Amino acid sequence: MVLQILFIALTAFAVYWFSKNAGKIRRNILLGRDIDRSDRSSERWMTMVKVAFGQTKMAARPVPFIFHFLIYAGFIIINLEVLEIIIDGAFGTHRVFAPLLGGLYNFLIGSFEFLALGVWLACVIFFARRNIVKLKRFSGTEMTAWPKSDANYILITEILLMSAFLIMNAADFKLQQLNISHYIQAGAFPISGLLVNLLPSDAHGLELIERSCWWFHILGILAFLNYVPYSKHFHIFLAFPNTYFSNLEAKGRFTNMTSVTNEVKAMLDPSFVPDASVAPGRFGAKDVQDLTWKQLMDAYTCTECGRCTSVCPANQTGKLLSPRKIMMDTRDRLTEVGLNIDKNGKDATDDKALLDNYISREELWACTSCNACTEACPVNIDPLSIIVDMRRYLVMEESAAPSSLNAMQTNIETNGAPWKFSPSDRANWTQSN
Amino acid sequence: MDFKVPTMAEMMAKGEQPDILFWVGCAGSFDERAQKITKDIAKILNHVGLKYAILGTEESCTGDPAKRAGNEFLFQMQAMSNIEVLNAYEIKKIVTACPHCFNTLKNEYPELGGHYEVIHHTELIQDLINQGKLAASNGESFKGKRITYHDPCYLGRANGVYEAPREVLAQLDSELVELKRCKSNGLCCGAGGAQMFKEPENGTKDINVERVEEALSVNPDIIASSCPFCMTMLSDGVKHFEKENTVQVLDIAEITAKANGLS
Ligand code: SF4
Ligand code: SF4
Repeated sequence: MVLQILFIALTAFAVYWFSKNAGKIRRNILLGRDIDRSDRSSERWMTMVKVAFGQTKMAARPVPFIFHFLIYAGFIIINLEVLEIIIDGAFGTHRVFAPLLGGLYNFLIGSFEFLALGVWLACVIFFARRNIVKLKRFSGTEMTAWPKSDANYILITEILLMSAFLIMNAADFKLQQLNISHYIQAGAFPISGLLVNLLPSDAHGLELIERSCWWFHILGILAFLNYVPYSKHFHIFLAFPNTYFSNLEAKGRFTNMTSVTNEVKAMLDPSFVPDASVAPGRFGAKDVQDLTWKQLMDAYTCTECGRCTSVCPANQTGKLLSPRKIMMDTRDRLTEVGLNIDKNGKDATDDKALLDNYISREELWACTSCNACTEACPVNIDPLSIIVDMRRYLVMEESAAPSSLNAMQTNIETNGAPWKFSPSDRANWTQSN
Repeated sequence: MDFKVPTMAEMMAKGEQPDILFWVGCAGSFDERAQKITKDIAKILNHVGLKYAILGTEESCTGDPAKRAGNEFLFQMQAMSNIEVLNAYEIKKIVTACPHCFNTLKNEYPELGGHYEVIHHTELIQDLINQGKLAASNGESFKGKRITYHDPCYLGRANGVYEAPREVLAQLDSELVELKRCKSNGLCCGAGGAQMFKEPENGTKDINVERVEEALSVNPDIIASSCPFCMTMLSDGVKHFEKENTVQVLDIAEITAKANGLS
């Protein structure tokens, strides 16, 4: 009874704490400017099914695709078992679904075991790729101590959880063989059956092992749930809405700023009445609040996988720019802004900004707007749009473009071409051979 | 040019309307190397007898480099005045010689009031070949030549045009060798996003050198592309490796013109 109450209290607290933190992330995302992504819903569902559920963009690299898919499928399917664990924990039952499902139950438990082994192997391989093979994609200036440990913590936790699951089943199996009454004859144990000989044969010892693994498993899951909002692993939730709200336009199409359209129209036609619904505000982005909620959602969705950076022409030729860093900086700055709001109320400000305190001008000017990063991202994140919005701030609010770009702009203004040529010479090519 | 390239103003004066407007672009108008591509496109248009015209001195920068650099004001000023000209001439269809102009006219002008059917010159050439109007005959033979194709970002990833240039090359009996990083995985030449107009940031290498190194590794006779900015970057890269005497950098339009004996 005490254990049941303890279990219910712990679960309730874990769920409460998770919702609280998830709610804060939601609030932070909504600090962003508005952008309409409510159109083309069937296309959006399709994108989400393909990119998030089907993980189609991962397939470009087959090895991580296969192992990541195993972890993902294992994670979702094995969590069906959590349902049983919760019922058992709350009501003091044991394997409550077994009598209800009959033969199907054995099949399910058997398949979970194969999946668990798959997840275990995949995590070990991923751990080795990060820490022994030291894949280049997982290093870089933005991959400081915390992002590196974050990845490792999760892999180790998954390895431990899967081990606990298999050892728990092995002990259960052995207890069933000993005909201990609480341990009903149920389940199939293709993998854990192989571990039986490693376990003691007295009922007490076995029960202790079975119970410890059971508690470790469920507490591990609850802890994982509450770790995720602080981690890049939040993508397991946000990948879905983030792909749903993807940019569906041609990648080359940059937004036309409505605030600018109003001013330009008013300049060309003095009788023009601007659309009053467009708040004037700042041109471009200096800080996270100047970005749209979708760009902020992108930041929280980033898996830090580095696929973007590994194809970025600027990064690959040694420039400071790394699109992954753009996303991580945006997220870290937004988290900082959120903490400040928690502490000092919703109008709290500090004297920092995303520009300069996190992202340097040199990084922004190194981008070729080639869209390699957006193409490579497995969860449809758009680092380029943030770079462009920050350039807009630099140019339109601070007139701080590199001097050669200022010259280019002056040429367009005066000659209608980015170089110093006379507009009247534009068709001269037709006169020569 | 040994034929007259008609302007919109002249067509208007004669009360005629072209089937297609040839948007030349700033590079195509002023850059010496790109002018050659422009002329070849004009020769192709003339050769197949398409009714076309250019804006001539009424054309102005689309505003693309300003927009990529972050100057949305300047971009929209350029866009609106261009749209005014294009709409006054009731333009319906445009072919561009530059993927940047192509992208801007096609994707960013409609919202500002400029609605046109916009195609890139590689798409036009492919279409002409499919219609049997261009046959790759009477000209230089590319049979057996090793040609590799560099995808311009604003044609490929930005707008999904990967096949048109490849199909044009395919009908030359040449050997098309793909680069390791091609199509949606293509590596930028280094000119996009207004980089063309500034010095690169500090790094270990120039992007065009990285790209040309990759291209040279497949031992091509010709590196083909379809963008005046890529042309500059790739040519500079080939010079960097002192290979300009053995490896040519050519635009799809130039290859087509040569194959048809037009240049
Ligand atoms: S768009 Fe910019 S940040 Fe993204 S890959 Fe290209 S150069 Fe890098
Ligand atoms: S932006 Fe996308 S590709 Fe880049 S690190 Fe994040 S998840 Fe990976």
